[in-house]
Amino acid sequence: MVMMHSLLAEGIGVQNWTYILVGITFTLYIGIAIWSRAGSTKEFYVAGGGVSPLANGMATAADWMSAASFISMAGIISFAGYDGAVYLMGWTGGYVLLALLLAPYLRKFGKFTVPDFIGDRYYSNTARFVGVICALLVSFTYVAGQMRGVGLVFSRFLEVDINTGVIVGMLIVLFYAVLGGMKGITYTQVAQYCVLIFAFMVPAIFISIQMTGNPIPQLGFGSTLADGSGTYLLDKLDGLSTDLGFAEYTEGSKSMVDVFAITLALMVGTAGLPHVIVRFFTVKRVKDARKSAGIALLLIVILYTTAPAVAVFARTNMIETVSNKSYAEVPVWFKKWETTGLITFTDKNNDGHIQYVADKSKNELVVDNDIMVLANPEIANLPDWVIALVAAGALAAALSTAAGLLLVISASVSHDLIKKIINPNISEKNELAAARLSAVVAVCVAGYFGINPPGFVAATVALAFGLAAASFFPAIILGIFYKKMNKEGAIAGMVVGITAMLLYMVKYRLGWFDDVLPDKSEWWFGISPEGFGTIAMLLNFIVSIVIMRFTPDPPQEVQDIVENIRIPSGAGDATH
Amino acid sequence: MTDKEKAKAYWKENIRYVLILMFIWFIVSFGAGILLKDALNSFKIRGFKLGFWFAQQGSMYVFVVLIFVYVRLMNKLDKKYGYDA
Repeated sequence: MVMMHSLLAEGIGVQNWTYILVGITFTLYIGIAIWSRAGSTKEFYVAGGGVSPLANGMATAADWMSAASFISMAGIISFAGYDGAVYLMGWTGGYVLLALLLAPYLRKFGKFTVPDFIGDRYYSNTARFVGVICALLVSFTYVAGQMRGVGLVFSRFLEVDINTGVIVGMLIVLFYAVLGGMKGITYTQVAQYCVLIFAFMVPAIFISIQMTGNPIPQLGFGSTLADGSGTYLLDKLDGLSTDLGFAEYTEGSKSMVDVFAITLALMVGTAGLPHVIVRFFTVKRVKDARKSAGIALLLIVILYTTAPAVAVFARTNMIETVSNKSYAEVPVWFKKWETTGLITFTDKNNDGHIQYVADKSKNELVVDNDIMVLANPEIANLPDWVIALVAAGALAAALSTAAGLLLVISASVSHDLIKKIINPNISEKNELAAARLSAVVAVCVAGYFGINPPGFVAATVALAFGLAAASFFPAIILGIFYKKMNKEGAIAGMVVGITAMLLYMVKYRLGWFDDVLPDKSEWWFGISPEGFGTIAMLLNFIVSIVIMRFTPDPPQEVQDIVENIRIPSGAGDATH
Repeated sequence: MTDKEKAKAYWKENIRYVLILMFIWFIVSFGAGILLKDALNSFKIRGFKLGFWFAQQGSMYVFVVLIFVYVRLMNKLDKKYGYDA
């Protein structure tokens, strides 16, 4: 009774709240994994193929929204202003391509993995092998970033070492991905979607009410301020930004051609990501594939339309709290985040005040993108449980995506490589064991990169989309919509596309070919490495079609298969 | 109609739907949100400049609607051709 009393008096505290919420959600995920463990390869790869469109939509949304969407995106937008639209449109517009051009036909085709489709449609194990390499390349660049996100959240909120955080995350993912396969992952992702969307929306709604009096963030950031001044929030932020020497918030600073290219590369990349595509193999019928793409996008858009509002709230709040304020009087959250190195203040002119300006020589404050979401509730003085909720939400986002990616990696190895290329006579039981073993290996590799992040991981996560756009998207589209596309064309296209993307990335993002990283002015057509996926994709299409003209048509039975996948009826179960 | 003719006619109607919806997809995102952004920014709905709104809000709402419209159209088309079994 005495203890209760003191707890109530002092409040439970952010850290205890975090332990409680993270503990509850982790128990839930593990419980679901035990309940839904996989008994066959079919359950392991495609959850038995009987997932309802709603559950699949929720799982796809959680699978899709990674640590980057949850933690980093709003922060990136709040610093990029209008330019942030490339992520918003790019990462949602791809679902239109998926629903209209890919998902229904891939479901009808009825295979387990993306390389499986490539190998069968292009009647060639070489094509399958190229597909496996592309899938591994895309998935590994992506998954390392997720593990790092898990470590970051653990270290900040639970004050454990970042490496311990990565290892705890690895064990959890290992447990439910290895035990449950796609079936376990699907149902944990359903739970993770609920956790992450709740965790994202609650602080956003609180802050929207605080700043504009409107409880709907999507409307709030276009409203007038709650202080009664009658000024629109966005006008105020435009004013604050230009006062400090930044570009107007609603204008941005990237060139139009680059904004166009990045948006298209992200859209096409989204539609070509194996861990997204494979989700549509888990539903029963073709019409369910279309419908679950719609549900997935609806659920994603709830977060994606809120993020730009959070970006505006956070940016305005931050400028008002710190700009030209005395360092001695900064709020507690500022000092706390300073210790993590995510905020740094150097008093260049020794006046004891914080100058936050666009001019790099005078600017004294450096703020990491990721803080905008993680510290936002603290900046806005929200209750402790809301702050803890953000930690649980970020973990849900990172774990769900990591699990989905690990499954793609393990299926690529056990199914596409071992079963289809190396040892076709492998028994069902051994294939399942191989799948589990490759998942274990994949988790360890991902964890290694999470603990020892090579410098290029952060730079390449966004480029995973370029790689997917440059390789899978054209091969799949041509495979469905162009009956005469043959293996020679598809293989050449994929190889040329992904090679071009890798070379451009290495030259202009990592700078490995030169002593110094080449300047923006040297970019081809003014297009950044992030946007180059668009060019590499076009290259893939052109090479595929040209090579096809000079090589034999695909066999008649393959052309018949293409005609067959265009008709939705009679979609059987996914088969080997 | 033979099975083959039926399949062909179905595919043609499907492609027509896809092209129309993809056109709208392009107009709201690459059109209103990027290429025509500056022109649209001279109009304002409440605090939003219109081009900015399309880029950070409007295009995404339209994407969702497009998929559900396609779902409906295709469910009808499947029925019409007896492919809904």
